[in-house]
Amino acid sequence: MADYLQQFLPEQWQFLAYAAAALVHCVLLINVVAVGALIFIWLERKVSGRIQDRLGPTRVGGKFGWLQTLADGLKLITKEDLMPDGADAMLFRIAPYISFCASFCGYLALPFADNWVGARLNVAVFFIVAVLGLEVFGVILAGYASASKWSLFGAMREAAQVVSYEVPLGMCVVVPVLIAGTMDLVAIGQMQSGWFVNWFVFHDPFTFITFWVYFTCATASVNRAPFDLAEAESELVAGFHTEYSGLRWSIFFMAEYGSMFAVSGLAAILFFGGWNGPVPLTHWLGLADSTNSLLIYFGNFLGMLNFVGKCVFGVTFMMWVRWTLPRLRIDQVMTTCLKYCTPIAAAMFLGVTLWTYFLPGGLIIKNNYGSVREGWLLEAQSGAEVTADESPTVASNSNR
Amino acid sequence: MEAINWHSFFFMLFGLLACGFALGVVLSSNIVRMAFYLVLSLGATSGLFFLAGADFVGAMQLMIYVGGTLVLLIFGVMLTAKGPFISMTTSAGEWVLGAIVGGSLLAVLFSAATSVDAWQTAPGGVERIETQVTATRLGMGLLGARVDKLEEKDPEQLAGMSGYLLPFEIVSVHLLVVLIGAAYLARPKKRAIRGAGADLL
Repeated sequence: MADYLQQFLPEQWQFLAYAAAALVHCVLLINVVAVGALIFIWLERKVSGRIQDRLGPTRVGGKFGWLQTLADGLKLITKEDLMPDGADAMLFRIAPYISFCASFCGYLALPFADNWVGARLNVAVFFIVAVLGLEVFGVILAGYASASKWSLFGAMREAAQVVSYEVPLGMCVVVPVLIAGTMDLVAIGQMQSGWFVNWFVFHDPFTFITFWVYFTCATASVNRAPFDLAEAESELVAGFHTEYSGLRWSIFFMAEYGSMFAVSGLAAILFFGGWNGPVPLTHWLGLADSTNSLLIYFGNFLGMLNFVGKCVFGVTFMMWVRWTLPRLRIDQVMTTCLKYCTPIAAAMFLGVTLWTYFLPGGLIIKNNYGSVREGWLLEAQSGAEVTADESPTVASNSNR
Repeated sequence: MEAINWHSFFFMLFGLLACGFALGVVLSSNIVRMAFYLVLSLGATSGLFFLAGADFVGAMQLMIYVGGTLVLLIFGVMLTAKGPFISMTTSAGEWVLGAIVGGSLLAVLFSAATSVDAWQTAPGGVERIETQVTATRLGMGLLGARVDKLEEKDPEQLAGMSGYLLPFEIVSVHLLVVLIGAAYLARPKKRAIRGAGADLL
């Protein structure tokens, strides 16, 4: 992209091309988070309304209350930015941004379609898990800096919960990585192309169970009901964001919806084929292997719609769970994590290891995953004729 | 010719952030702020790793160091929530001691860093190297296969390049022992409690 922009810029301004390219990526991703939050908050109101046999918002912006979130946003902007007297001013002000940054950074490595990704990392899965785990920093700082007992209790609960649920979450994420043999999300998505039976969730019974464990842990790690102990309205007023008002408060919510979308996206890529639809439609239309760049672009656009659709479904599922199940007690949360999720995840990990050892490829369709894997390994296996021209990459790699 | 070398720019930026927040850790007297500055400093360091193309090490830095500081932060919050530790004053003696230890380490590192000729700019300018960023070599190395040494023909040399399977196993067994030990220490002493209850009855 930077190279493309470079040709429009005069000689002495060429350095701006990289800045512009980076800016375009960032603005696009921020829009995904912000517009996503806008829509999801409206959706949450509608879904919760329907589940409770109400209509939800109906007045702002026509029959369905489309513009309800926008009206809420306007209200939040006009609110006074309050801060308690005993608060640690710097940490109190900065905490929402920490949460939002952590949630946003996950998007940098999240592919929306084949190669449509902010930064294609070789260790994208690991990066996303690491970054999303940092969201809790903002919550703890908010709880501490608010100088309020409710906030502190909420933050401590959140800390205990998130630190515990990282363990089974990590184990579940490793399972698809084990099958794929790479942590590159783009490569993992490419491996699941074709019919929906190629999706890793249908790879074997173990991955199917792993997905549910993953989704439970992901719900807990993004702090949604039934795991929303950190905000528990009935006990802690609003938990860690009790003392926040106005836009700072809404940034916490943007972070929450952002990470909900991110963990759903991770689930979509790891288990549900990412941008590959249930039916290989783009393949039939010849969009995937077309040489026309416009057709490839169109194919990728369809893939992106597919991916976003899966993410929205994941988020809606979380809402459904939220408005269906009652909140767990803290000891029940810990029991769910340590006595159920962790052992099940460990057993599934073992099961998938044995399955891939004895039955490589899928249950229904035999896939040669190796062909999509990193090519150099196959080259090395194919014989001892490792040519001399490969040694520069080795040398430069060790320089790093 | 580019007016701004973005690579250098971001190197300077992340370097300054890391150093600045590290100074913040030293100069701040609030334990939670210290932990927070430490998080930012370590985060900037991981930014340096990403800049160098070492994605895996960068993500590791985020996961282990930044994530690990989380626990430090929680302890900070738990300790200071009641007041007595809310600001830690450092005495002059501690400042001097810290300056001597930190300064000597800095001097050693600095002299070591500047003494390597290969790290100074090459006379012909820097050539751009396209590299394949992958963590697979690392993983294979830990499994006992040094794929980066496949072209090594000398069998005597090959014997010493069998990868890091043994250290990897030792470390993982060590961690398992630590985990079991922690679980053992943390669990309630059921028998002792039952015994005490029986006495009461």
